[in-house]
Amino acid sequence: MKRKSNNVCLKAEGLTKVFGFGRRKTLAVDQVDLTLYEGEVISIVGESGSGKTTLAKMLLGLISVTEGEIYFKGQKRDISTHRKKKEYWKNIQAIFQDPFSSYNIFRKIDAVLLDCIHMKGGKRLPHDKKVAMMAEACSFVNLKFEELTNKYPFELSGGQMQRLMIARIFLLKPTILLADEPTSMIDACSRATILDMLMKLRDEIGMTVIFITHDIGLAYYVSDKVYIMEKGKFVESGTADQVILNPTQPYTQRLLSDVPKIYEEWDLSTV
Amino acid sequence: MANVMLEVKELTTKYVTRFKEDVYAVDHVSLTLEEGKSLGIAGESGCGKSTLALSLMGYYFPPLHYMSGEIIINGRNITKMKPDDVRKSILGTEIAYIPQSAMNALNPTRKIIHFIEDVILAHDLYINKKEIYERARTLFETLGLPPEVLEKYPVELSGGMKQRTVIAISVLLLPKVLIADEPSSALDVTSQKMVIKMLRHLMEVGLISSMIFITHELPLLYNVTDDIMVMYAGQIVEKASAKDAVFDPLHPYAKGLMGSIIVPEEGLRDVKLAAIPGTPPNLKNPPLGCRFAERCKYVRPECRGVAVGLQNLTGGRTYRCILSEGELREAYKHEKEK
Repeated sequence: MKRKSNNVCLKAEGLTKVFGFGRRKTLAVDQVDLTLYEGEVISIVGESGSGKTTLAKMLLGLISVTEGEIYFKGQKRDISTHRKKKEYWKNIQAIFQDPFSSYNIFRKIDAVLLDCIHMKGGKRLPHDKKVAMMAEACSFVNLKFEELTNKYPFELSGGQMQRLMIARIFLLKPTILLADEPTSMIDACSRATILDMLMKLRDEIGMTVIFITHDIGLAYYVSDKVYIMEKGKFVESGTADQVILNPTQPYTQRLLSDVPKIYEEWDLSTV
Repeated sequence: MANVMLEVKELTTKYVTRFKEDVYAVDHVSLTLEEGKSLGIAGESGCGKSTLALSLMGYYFPPLHYMSGEIIINGRNITKMKPDDVRKSILGTEIAYIPQSAMNALNPTRKIIHFIEDVILAHDLYINKKEIYERARTLFETLGLPPEVLEKYPVELSGGMKQRTVIAISVLLLPKVLIADEPSSALDVTSQKMVIKMLRHLMEVGLISSMIFITHELPLLYNVTDDIMVMYAGQIVEKASAKDAVFDPLHPYAKGLMGSIIVPEEGLRDVKLAAIPGTPPNLKNPPLGCRFAERCKYVRPECRGVAVGLQNLTGGRTYRCILSEGELREAYKHEKEK
């Protein structure tokens, strides 16, 4: 909570998403209000199908909004043209669940990182400078640029790919980072490394981070504020300690009881 | 002493890559599994957990090759048997395997009941379809699955339900040993709990006599299995009871693994997660000495150069390190004070 300020960074009002028509209508996200302050880390927790990812995609501008408004830094978000959309994406970036499908398999790692430098307006920089920037980004996430250059993303392991994603974020320095299940596809030991790096990055460039996860333990570990989502609605929200240690809603209590624990008895009779 | 269901002696298996290089993914692994016991295998990606599971079934197909060692299931040595005999008389009836992506194991164009018919008919030719249906129905009812599932196509089921259906099918022929390879890693917490409950139920009602559970989620292992075995770079580095492995690990790697546990319990936010630096060695040419030496905080010059053997402690506990139990505990105590 070191860098938390009172400036509102991103605000959503009455956000709704409906998929399909008529009888097949599905309400994926239902009238969600969200206020995000600069430098804050929040988590959105819910089980599969609760609408977490749909909400994230709307915030990113990847899918249209059925109803409601999104305000970015006090102004209404405008992504009506491609140029404006690109401008918006300089400010908000994402890390997705599956590192194996996040990369274009025909492009080398160098190209991935160069794109980021170009996007930040470094297109005319001398080549040496670009290489130095890429090397710095790679060393930030404990990768060696000399070993990566001229390789394709699929030659890396899942953990390395996810770290390369963080190197991208390091180059782009966005205001908001949206991490959609960043650790669910990688094993528990790499998970600690990835989380450490994300937190280090946050301290370095003062980003605001939105974690989307079904792992309530992870949410508790990283975030200042936790939102619990059920069937497209936020059912409970508050500071991490408040929500995790003293849950009031039955849904939150159930989610908590479903996670295996090591210090308490795990009650299997509830499902 | 209880009946030994599965005994593995110095099993070594390798992968041959398309450049004809050998990768020893399982390196001299020995283990015994008694009736009514469950064993958990933990370790990071690429440490050989899943390869060990595949190797235990004794059914090898390229690029996986058998090298040496013995596998004895319920008193029968299966390493000497022909692959076809293994398939007919061992798989399904003696040992069953739930793969990592069990959800993709079902044929999308056939109903569940047709899949079950195939499984049973492959082992027992003299059974009619009505009997099969009755048998499947009884089993599904015992396991708390709705029998309507039998008449459905896999696409009509949710992820958790598909996974539980696959588990039910795997125990149709009453195997002695069940190997579950990350059965819950693609599921959310609620479905995961249902799967775990079902596996425990299988043991309780005696449909299976013993189980091997593979995952990298330690809190899960702690709650499911009696013993935990930690693997690193194809070798066993520690084996202990679940409680000892989680709260009192001896091997530095096991210690590191336990430092990365995340559970939503009070006090978690005050601890800093300990990530293990570096990456595991390449198994094409593993280092001669301790395989963990490159990443170990307590490394000594004598760790490199000579192979490190397993040290046995009382109570069936083993670990692979040149330091003695006392020295390791001293080092951890010192670390904690710092």
